[in-house]
Amino acid sequence: MQIIESPKMYDAIIVGSGAGGGMATKVLADAGLKVALVEAGSFFDPKDEHTRTQLKFPWQSPRRGASSTRAFGDYDMSWGDWKVDGEPYTNKGDTDFWWWRARMLGGRTNHWGRISLRFGPDDFKHKDIDGLGENWPIGYDDIKPYYDRLDKMVGVFGSKEGLPNDPDGFFLPPPKPRLHELYYIKGARKAGVRVIPSRLSILTKRINKERGVCFYCSQCNRSCSMYADFSAGSVLVFPAMKGGQVDLYTDSMVRSVTTNKEGKATGVSYINKKDRKEYQLRGKVVVLGASACSTARILLNSKSTQHPNGLGNSSDVVGRYLHDSTGASRSAFVPAMMNRKTYNEDGVGGMHVYSPWWLDNKKLDFPRGYHLEIWGGLGMPSYGFGFNVTEMNKYIGGDIGGYGTKLRDDVKRFYGAVMGISGRGEAIARYDNRCEIDPNVVDQYGIPVLRFDYKWSDYERNQAKHMHQTFEEIFAGMGAEVMGETPGADRDYGLAAPGQIIHEVGTTRMGDNPKTSVTNSWSQLHDADNVFIVDAGPFVSQADKNCTWTIMALSMRTSEHIVEELKKMNL
Amino acid sequence: MDRRESLKTLMVGTLAGASLGTVVSCKTEGEGQEVDQSQVAVDEEKLYGRLPEELERDEKIMNSIYLNEHELATIAILCDIILPATDNAGSAGDAKVPEFVEFIVKDIPSHQLPMRGGLMWLDSESNRRFNTVFKDCSNEQQIAVVEDIAYPDPENKKPEMGPGIKFFNLMRNLTLTGYYTTEMGFKDLGYVGNAPNFWDGVPPEVLAEHEVAYEEEWLAKCVDQSKREVTAEWDDEGNLLT
Repeated sequence: MQIIESPKMYDAIIVGSGAGGGMATKVLADAGLKVALVEAGSFFDPKDEHTRTQLKFPWQSPRRGASSTRAFGDYDMSWGDWKVDGEPYTNKGDTDFWWWRARMLGGRTNHWGRISLRFGPDDFKHKDIDGLGENWPIGYDDIKPYYDRLDKMVGVFGSKEGLPNDPDGFFLPPPKPRLHELYYIKGARKAGVRVIPSRLSILTKRINKERGVCFYCSQCNRSCSMYADFSAGSVLVFPAMKGGQVDLYTDSMVRSVTTNKEGKATGVSYINKKDRKEYQLRGKVVVLGASACSTARILLNSKSTQHPNGLGNSSDVVGRYLHDSTGASRSAFVPAMMNRKTYNEDGVGGMHVYSPWWLDNKKLDFPRGYHLEIWGGLGMPSYGFGFNVTEMNKYIGGDIGGYGTKLRDDVKRFYGAVMGISGRGEAIARYDNRCEIDPNVVDQYGIPVLRFDYKWSDYERNQAKHMHQTFEEIFAGMGAEVMGETPGADRDYGLAAPGQIIHEVGTTRMGDNPKTSVTNSWSQLHDADNVFIVDAGPFVSQADKNCTWTIMALSMRTSEHIVEELKKMNL
Repeated sequence: MDRRESLKTLMVGTLAGASLGTVVSCKTEGEGQEVDQSQVAVDEEKLYGRLPEELERDEKIMNSIYLNEHELATIAILCDIILPATDNAGSAGDAKVPEFVEFIVKDIPSHQLPMRGGLMWLDSESNRRFNTVFKDCSNEQQIAVVEDIAYPDPENKKPEMGPGIKFFNLMRNLTLTGYYTTEMGFKDLGYVGNAPNFWDGVPPEVLAEHEVAYEEEWLAKCVDQSKREVTAEWDDEGNLLT
């Protein structure tokens, strides 16, 4: 089969249209560069009536929203999840890594939790504090101006708190807490845990004419048809396309970055999923934002005489230092919240309050922190509603089981009386935790797939153990009954499998030393100076924050650097 | 509109979004182009944001049969025992819960064996006691069997009821989900969301009932809904000015 080459020469080819690729598209197109945006998934616009799930009722789905075809249910706006048909990945030994991929314009930003936290000064230099992992080659001051502009450009609500490692930004005002969140505040304070308004990229107030304002349906995971939440397609890619500088290639799965005799990138080679033919695009610069693991896969599959170990991999570091956030969750029954008066408590998509990390690790048996996310309320019923509801009676001495009027009463009595807390924390990036090319397996496009090799250590397990202690303490302070048993060592203390929190980072980490890092501090490959990475691959460490806001701030910084360097003819 | 046509229509819908002044370069040649737009009559109620492959799967499931008529008749009786009509709300049957159960056991195959086996167990038990299958028992007889399987048996006082208890729990779960995910169920429950609104906090009478209050300091940080349409501006320190 012949490879079909495009005669067009782009200034930049961007691979992936999520948080990182979307931001790069916006910055480069606005600067007047001719850009090709290559996305492995299909076109998606949250306004499209044919694919919209926002404001749908459960009865519109014959399975009432069950997760038969989408891991987070019928109405979750992710096309693709931990499984993508025809695109497998493998696990080495007893590794149990879960890899989420969203095959659509905007990628995972269409359904993400919108939790938008800046990394703090300590997060960039944590090795200085505990001797573990590696410091970033940049610090908070390098990225702060980009966070500031990002806040104003994309919009994030929050509050000024003056916490040293949870920096404030340019916030829209947060929504008032829901009832269970007020209970949480009481319980958390008793346990010595600070609670502040959450920080989510949802517009509680207008920021421009192009986007709407939140109307409180709580369905950001369905992607907002008013563009009132941050999704990369609606907020970055569509505006970028208006100037006519962007050629969008959807359903285009990049196989590799092509290089010349000097080892510099010349473009990308991709498979058009519709006709299953291979095409090549040419560009002066290649910007990879395919997601930490997909970008590592593309680099490792880009072998040439000049880059025999894969592009950018002379250090053998590509794919290494992979780490996901730690995670554990627990729910509780709040007797005081039985027999609730009902009202519309949907609110924004996600929590209205949260707890940033509040302790000093010097007194603890694990390094690094975690934050707490809160859930509960008078939510909309969907598949699973009412399952085992009568069992709640064990907490109040009522009869478990039953039917008829008694059952109806149980449903209403316990509705909205269950809430939960999730811990999301920082793992230590380790050399041995990696994704690599599986030598024996290809996907349906003939592209060698990733194999994961990942183990948690006692650092993460002890952190999860501490999370559960915290949950129990807070629930006790609320007068709530903790549900389920405290998970023991046999279950890694409730620690989620790696990849389940969907914050994988670190596979192409940045650093000043080309022997121990893949990119420099501009997220530019040490081995090929016209290749840049704008997803979470260059993260040296994850912090106890979610990664998206930092992906975007770094992508903005890198993209502006690309514009400058192209002007100077340095690339 | 036939099946293939509706799929094509959906594809057009997806691509139509690309009319933002750009090329979608690698579209398969001619795809969808010939579709007559007059045929793009979409049944809003049936539209729930599916991808073509998901619609195809739905259709396959809809056209397949798992539970037989006898089993479905038995399920209908059980559903109405679990949630009979009240003065204010319809029964599970009124909310078409049996139809939901019929679909969901095909959609989630792990329900199939427990459902089929449980129904058979119920008939065996009814036969043993009353010499007839559950469906043909009198209402009193049906209730007599249900009473024995509707509650857990932690002390194992009636070990022979174990499978029935397990089955009834499945039936109860599916009936509750099937019921409370309908308009009727929403009304019975009092769920009033999934509609555009401006959240402005927990109603005062609810705060009072729960003896919680919004603190002044916290409220001062929160959104003033009267200014939601006023474009945000900040000073250099990040203080919101508008």
